[in-house]
Amino acid sequence: MSSQAQDLEHLVHREYEAGFVTEVESDTVPPGLDEDVIRLISSKKREPAFMLDFRLKSFRHWLTMSEPVWAHVRYNPIDYQAISYYSAPKSGADGPKSLDEVDPKLLETYEKLGIPLAEQERLAGVAVDAVFDSVSVATTFKDKLAEQGIIFCSFSEAVQEHPELVEQYLGTVVPHTDNFFAALNSAVFSDGSFCYIPKGVRCPMELSTYFRINAANTGQFERTLIVADEGAYVSYLEGCTAPMRDENQLHAAVVELIAMQGAQIKYSTVQNWYPGDEEGRGGIYNFVTKRGDCRGDNSKISWTQVETGSAITWKYPSCILRGDNSVGEFYSVALSNMRQQADTGTKMVHIGKNTSSTIISKGISAGHGQNTYRGLVQVGKGAEKARNYTQCDSLLMGDKCGAHTFPYMEVKNPTARVEHEATTSKISEDQLFYCRQRGISEEDAISIIVNGFCKEVFKELPMEFAVEAQKLLSVSLEGAVG
Amino acid sequence: MASAAVDRYLEQFSTFQAELPGHGVDWLDRSRRGALDAFAKTGFPTPRHEDWKYTRVTPIEKRSFRIPERNGIEVQGADLERFGLGALDCEQLVFVNGHYVDALSRRNVSESGVRITTLASAINASSPLLESHLGRLADTTSQPFSALNTAFMSDGAVIHVKGRNGDQRPIHLLFLATSDDMVAHPRTLVVAEAQSRAAVIESYASLTEGCYFTNALTEIALMEGAQLEHYKLQQESPAAFHVATLEARLDSDSRFASHSISFGGQLVRNDINVRIEAEGAACLLNGLFMVGGRQHVDYHTRIDHAKPRGTSEEFYKGILDGRSRGVFNGRVKVHPDAQKTDAHQSNNNLLLSRDAEIDTKPELEIYADDVKCSHGATVGQLDERALFYLRSRGIDEDQARSLLTFGFAREILERVELAPLREKVTDALLERMPNAKQLREMVA
Amino acid sequence: MLSIKNLHVTVDGKEIIRGLELEVKAGEVHAIMGPNGSGKSTLAHVLAGREDYEVTDGQVLYEGRDLLQMPVEDRAREGVFLGFQYPVEIPGVNNTYFLKAALNAGRKHRGLSELDAMDFIKLVKEKMEILHMDESLLQRAVNVGFSGGEKKRNEVFQMAVLEPRLAILDETDSGLDIDALKDVAHGVNALRSGDRAIVLVTHYQRLLNYIVPDFVHILSDGRIIKSGGRELALEVEEEGYSELRRRAAPA
Repeated sequence: MSSQAQDLEHLVHREYEAGFVTEVESDTVPPGLDEDVIRLISSKKREPAFMLDFRLKSFRHWLTMSEPVWAHVRYNPIDYQAISYYSAPKSGADGPKSLDEVDPKLLETYEKLGIPLAEQERLAGVAVDAVFDSVSVATTFKDKLAEQGIIFCSFSEAVQEHPELVEQYLGTVVPHTDNFFAALNSAVFSDGSFCYIPKGVRCPMELSTYFRINAANTGQFERTLIVADEGAYVSYLEGCTAPMRDENQLHAAVVELIAMQGAQIKYSTVQNWYPGDEEGRGGIYNFVTKRGDCRGDNSKISWTQVETGSAITWKYPSCILRGDNSVGEFYSVALSNMRQQADTGTKMVHIGKNTSSTIISKGISAGHGQNTYRGLVQVGKGAEKARNYTQCDSLLMGDKCGAHTFPYMEVKNPTARVEHEATTSKISEDQLFYCRQRGISEEDAISIIVNGFCKEVFKELPMEFAVEAQKLLSVSLEGAVG
Repeated sequence: MASAAVDRYLEQFSTFQAELPGHGVDWLDRSRRGALDAFAKTGFPTPRHEDWKYTRVTPIEKRSFRIPERNGIEVQGADLERFGLGALDCEQLVFVNGHYVDALSRRNVSESGVRITTLASAINASSPLLESHLGRLADTTSQPFSALNTAFMSDGAVIHVKGRNGDQRPIHLLFLATSDDMVAHPRTLVVAEAQSRAAVIESYASLTEGCYFTNALTEIALMEGAQLEHYKLQQESPAAFHVATLEARLDSDSRFASHSISFGGQLVRNDINVRIEAEGAACLLNGLFMVGGRQHVDYHTRIDHAKPRGTSEEFYKGILDGRSRGVFNGRVKVHPDAQKTDAHQSNNNLLLSRDAEIDTKPELEIYADDVKCSHGATVGQLDERALFYLRSRGIDEDQARSLLTFGFAREILERVELAPLREKVTDALLERMPNAKQLREMVA
Repeated sequence: MLSIKNLHVTVDGKEIIRGLELEVKAGEVHAIMGPNGSGKSTLAHVLAGREDYEVTDGQVLYEGRDLLQMPVEDRAREGVFLGFQYPVEIPGVNNTYFLKAALNAGRKHRGLSELDAMDFIKLVKEKMEILHMDESLLQRAVNVGFSGGEKKRNEVFQMAVLEPRLAILDETDSGLDIDALKDVAHGVNALRSGDRAIVLVTHYQRLLNYIVPDFVHILSDGRIIKSGGRELALEVEEEGYSELRRRAAPA
């Protein structure tokens, strides 16, 4: 038993590899938040009036709200006046026109993170929008995508180039009044990605955004908006890292997805924000609102997330199944070790007829980590023949961690079928013995079993992300999942 | 939290406190007063409390209820037939509108392994058992209804089980309501000494169709190795409010089973809280509710595994017809010390009509690693294929539906170990369906 | 190859193996028979290194080394294979991948290079034919959703690929129909060789019609009460364990 404990120790004490800081000159506004700061952000970004209005009404609403306390997480109060709400590398303040204009230090940063931005070095199948602190520094393959009418650019650029689309869709899935963090984001968000797939177009490559927090004492508030018009398809990936710092940093993003009739959006996240150290010092507070609206009939939105980073994770990627026959999916692996706390899950809101949803959640708790699944399945009166299947499994590694499951099922239609199953256990001694009897070391056996446990989720990830996800679970897994 | 409703109860207390049993007994006065103060502070719960998210108690809050007087109670033997346990050879204590009625009760004084007294007489006799156990398990600080019960309790049963051989007769506590607009706060205390065995049945029924309010609280302490079967059969008036809390504490290697069946009431809330306080204890929570019309029934169960090697099994089923609404919240918490815990829970719900609704929320909260825990919950309807199959065999649709509904509930009924009670509950269930008579033959 | 002296084993505070002696040489096939609860499976698991079984006395030498001091995986890598009576399910872990990881762990331990994917698949195909294994089993998760027979075939298949020096097969015949039994026996017989020993743990002599042992031992109450050749198994079938036990008692 003690050797198993040692292996676990070893597994959970992996180094955070993305913890370096890039020395760049930044344009950072002083900490604090009031209407002047919001006007400043808006004017720095030369935004049209509707954007400033949106920000101001969000801010005014935010002032009336209080921070939610219902999540199964604990942290010291956040001083919202001590945060800087805007930081951009100086060299990129005007927005680089091409990669040649991007500060080499920034390119180097992404290179180091394994995200080379030079197009010829990228795998041909992935276009990247790189967001550094508050601004997007580069977007690859833009022109190639434009040939098919696909718009993929930074949010700031979309505000300049396609204000009508932004105005039409912004805040229609996550209203500025939705919750405390979404309201804050709506007031101060600085950049993010925008994506529009026109009618009938199947996006030929994976789109991805890579978020990097670099500056100290700043918050990152990005906003992503993806619209898949009728019959369109897109697969979108998101990755995130931050330097190791002793202070906690706030990341409060909002992601809105809109799928029109027959459209499909697949959204995958590998979240590896700095988790803090073993004593729980530092790390990102990841308070994120992600929601997809299956607005049209026969549409589909699928969320896949691998959450290994952040000191605290508070996120519930959700689907509003408005269109008839629409489909919502949520696949999640959440790992909490050291002092990490994760309260994550999903909401599936069945409104249309014959809507169906699937929830597969795998939680792994190690060290002093606390992992909570919280999910809501709601079947409205008109949601004839709605279907939901939910499976939540938790794996406990060590006796100081916790695993919690709080599913809510609210059913108002008698033709609905809703099923929820959950299990919690530790790695079985029988499985370990069986692997070891075949000559596999205990440490490898644990990682094989853990990755087997997560397989149902990993198989939903695009290939490269699956590999990254497995690496994040700190094991060599070639072939175990596939 | 000042509100008209709270003031009403405070006033009622100052009017009646001198009449409550044990008035002037220091510990009891303090306990009542403390509970009342806590209630004054919290007031009635609102949906803002996570525990009351789906159940609004405003109808209870808005209405005023009187404390019924002891005289004027007229219940005939024949009335008891309907609610008694017929063939079951048991000790039977009957309470009418909250007051014990000796003439209606059936007691065998020679029973030696168990001592049964009414709460009022136990208080008057200064029973030491009361002082050491009464109110020890109830949470009067954060549970407003427990606080109200503690402040106002005037009668109920005190059961002290000592016998080890398990041949005691079951104890039936029958709480009957006969008049409208009254409130009763029945209080039951069961202390099962080490290695003892007993079965206790609480029945709630009424001779009126009107609105009244029952606010019951039961505390059960199981000592080492004790075994207790607790049954509750709730068949209140369709207009009644019924709030009941059961608190059980399990010492090492004890076995506790709770069976709770709920049919009646306009607004029903049951809290069942079990605390596994020492190693190797086991509990079974088994429950069924079947409601229709505009009934609202809410079951909140909580099992705390505080010590190692405990096991818990929980099976709850809900059947909802008409415009009824059901709530199930099953919480299982495994504390850091409670290694080798085995906890399983399932909750299945059947929606029979367009306008019925169910909210279910199984919860697992786990702080120990060497555990096996699971829960499952489903919401669904009768299987169309099974329905078709039955009809193709010539059974008419209504009857086929009833048959399948009965089949859904049967698993819960079969866990009821006392056969006469099982029959009684089965009858009560069948009575709520069309073609009860034919059905009875088919499922016999 | 294997030498067991005065072995005593306690499980959950109860002594299950009580002074067991056994010598197994390379090239031999031994059958250990006994009634339920005689300690057969306990013996198999102790040899494989099950940690919750406590060895209270005695010695086990494997190729001259103290087997009991070796961790489970080292025993496996040194060539000790246990065919499980109840093979364990490992959800989400691909059967082929699992086997490749096991094979390469052993090869690395012995200073051999790891097999690449191509060579590995070639080896796997070869072995599958011997056992009439359904190829689809390779793509499924380890033992998950396998029938009883498929699990046992999978055990023998793993053995065929890993080529152990000492194979201990714990009730590998239980739950098999006659075709599966023949396939399994065929797989085991194919592994018989001069530098390999096989220990069959079984309740019935049926398996021994197909895998003919050199020695048969009767285990009862944690001790070998009688040893003999092939004919002893038939004697057991004829007379039952209790008769044998009765006769062995006074000795």
